[in-house]
Amino acid sequence: MNDKIDGSMDRRSPRGLRQFFDSISQMANSPWGSPGKGDDDGKGDGKRPGPRNPWVTPDPADQRRAQKPRGPSALDELLRKGRGGFGGGGSGGGSQFDFGDSAKLWKWVVLALVVAWVLFSSFHIVPPEKEGVITRLGSYSRTVGPGVKLTWPAPIERIRLEDVRAIRTMAIGSPNATDENFVLTRDQSIVDLAYEVRWSVRDPELFFFQLADPEGTIREVAESAMRATVANFDLVQAIGPGRVEIEAQVQQRMQELLNQYRAGVMIQGIAIRQVDPPSQVDEAFKEVTAARQERESAINLARAYQQQVLERARGDTSAFDQIYAQYQLAPEVTRKRLYYETMENVLSNVDKTVVEARGVTPYLPLNEVQRRIPATPPAAATKGGE
Amino acid sequence: MFNSLFQNPMRLLFGAVILLVILSQSLAIVPEDKQALILRFGEIERTVNRYKPNEEFGRSGAGLVLRVPFTDGIQYIDKRILGVNMERQQVLSTDQQRLQVDAFARFRITNPVRMYTAIRTEDKLQAQLATILGSSLRNELGKRTFATLLSPERGAVMDNIQVALNREAQKYGAEIIDVRIKRADLPEGATLEAAYNRMRTARQQEAISIRAEGQKEAQIIRGSADGEAARIYAASFGKDPEFYDFYRAMQSYRQTFLGENNQGGTSIIMSPDNEYLKRFSGG
Repeated sequence: MNDKIDGSMDRRSPRGLRQFFDSISQMANSPWGSPGKGDDDGKGDGKRPGPRNPWVTPDPADQRRAQKPRGPSALDELLRKGRGGFGGGGSGGGSQFDFGDSAKLWKWVVLALVVAWVLFSSFHIVPPEKEGVITRLGSYSRTVGPGVKLTWPAPIERIRLEDVRAIRTMAIGSPNATDENFVLTRDQSIVDLAYEVRWSVRDPELFFFQLADPEGTIREVAESAMRATVANFDLVQAIGPGRVEIEAQVQQRMQELLNQYRAGVMIQGIAIRQVDPPSQVDEAFKEVTAARQERESAINLARAYQQQVLERARGDTSAFDQIYAQYQLAPEVTRKRLYYETMENVLSNVDKTVVEARGVTPYLPLNEVQRRIPATPPAAATKGGE
Repeated sequence: MFNSLFQNPMRLLFGAVILLVILSQSLAIVPEDKQALILRFGEIERTVNRYKPNEEFGRSGAGLVLRVPFTDGIQYIDKRILGVNMERQQVLSTDQQRLQVDAFARFRITNPVRMYTAIRTEDKLQAQLATILGSSLRNELGKRTFATLLSPERGAVMDNIQVALNREAQKYGAEIIDVRIKRADLPEGATLEAAYNRMRTARQQEAISIRAEGQKEAQIIRGSADGEAARIYAASFGKDPEFYDFYRAMQSYRQTFLGENNQGGTSIIMSPDNEYLKRFSGG
């Protein structure tokens, strides 16, 4: 099994990895490897395993032998060989041999477990969006970027991964009316505010070691920064044009505070999703909107009147100007013409009575005349008016 | 002896367990985010990985610690920044306004020995600090007017509270990093209703003034239109007032006697002396 691992290492295999593995396998040997030696020759003195010891660090000869069998039968093969080797070169008596079978199997299992443990706890794949914080015996050792990373096995070094690329969002307040998040403005009005904090981890080691409750801290810092900022704005500004300004100020405030805590957190942005007056005073706010519309429509009507009056004036004066230009060329004629045209036009369309003698007027059949035009008052008729 | 030990798996296992127990008793790991007190028979013997300002991680003294087996105990105390959340408090400002306040403080245990002797655990310390925070908040805010609590001056108020709280916290080996008001709300009921009312009337006032403004602007526009029209008329007709009088009279007669659609209906009785008829009589 050792050999197989060695083989697979060789495939990927920079020299550094190989050395590293060697050192791991030595470590792995230290508690469990030496019993093997003891079993073999009863002395356990040599650093290197004896030539007939097939299950510890490989002897070149064993390695060659072991590489032949492949696949699932490799372990059986090795075990068989191991037993054979022991039998062949064995220096022990009968009692040792009795233990031999079960003890060796047991040792193989332990060894396999150790190797697996070393393997799994020393190789770490750090995904592209993450960074790993490595602690050695609890003490911060280093921060590593993405890729395949090696550490000492588990209890010695541990790795903790943290996503440093992801931008996380934290919603505060609620956009529905059920849960109102009231904030006081400078003019002591109340707004219902819902917003979102976007943040990411900048320094994972700070993020892990500085704050007991990073998320809770960010939330509290956001609430405090938001309220402190909105307290500097009037209601009208807060619900209208001041929003962008508020967002920027909150972001800055939060970042300052978190830097002060050395939280290793980057505030990417604040998004105000909703800032409304509380539902209790909503009617009054709608009234203001309605009043604004009314003002606009009053102004529109006045503008229409303005255009009408001015166009009329321009039309009238333009007509007059043209007649007047002609009048200036021939005043008397134009005047007469206008007079006759008008008389003609008027008189051709009305009932006319020409009275020769004076003093006849009272005898005229005015009733008759009036009957034909019921609306006309008699007084007007006598004057020839209306 | 070793020979037989290694030949017997059970004995080996037994030996390993004993070894592990001794190791675990004589070694301890102090993580980066914890401070440790080594207690010898309950007495504080020394501290490990104590907080120092601006230290670098990895050089703070965290890691493997040797201790005397079965004699030295180890007590871990958090090294990170911890939070205290105060219960919602009602505060009365000098102008008798009520305010519901949520505040929080951030602190760090800087003197683990004092903290351990004074109060033992972080939980108890947090509870203690929450109480102190509440009272110093009430004291400090009670000296201010309502408006101050909302103003930027609030920063100074918070600083005062922090100083007061810090003084107390030092007795427990802790340092207050920051005190903030999280929420400051008007209490439910009369105060809140009054605030709503004020907001409502403010809006109504705004609505009325907007309407009035609309009326005003409309009037100005109409007036200026009339004025402009008069100017146009005057510029044109003023060239010859006498002719205008005649011209306009003619227009007026048509309008008066004929009405809108040249429908007669008017009766005119004329005397032969009439200007129009004087040619009729050969004059």
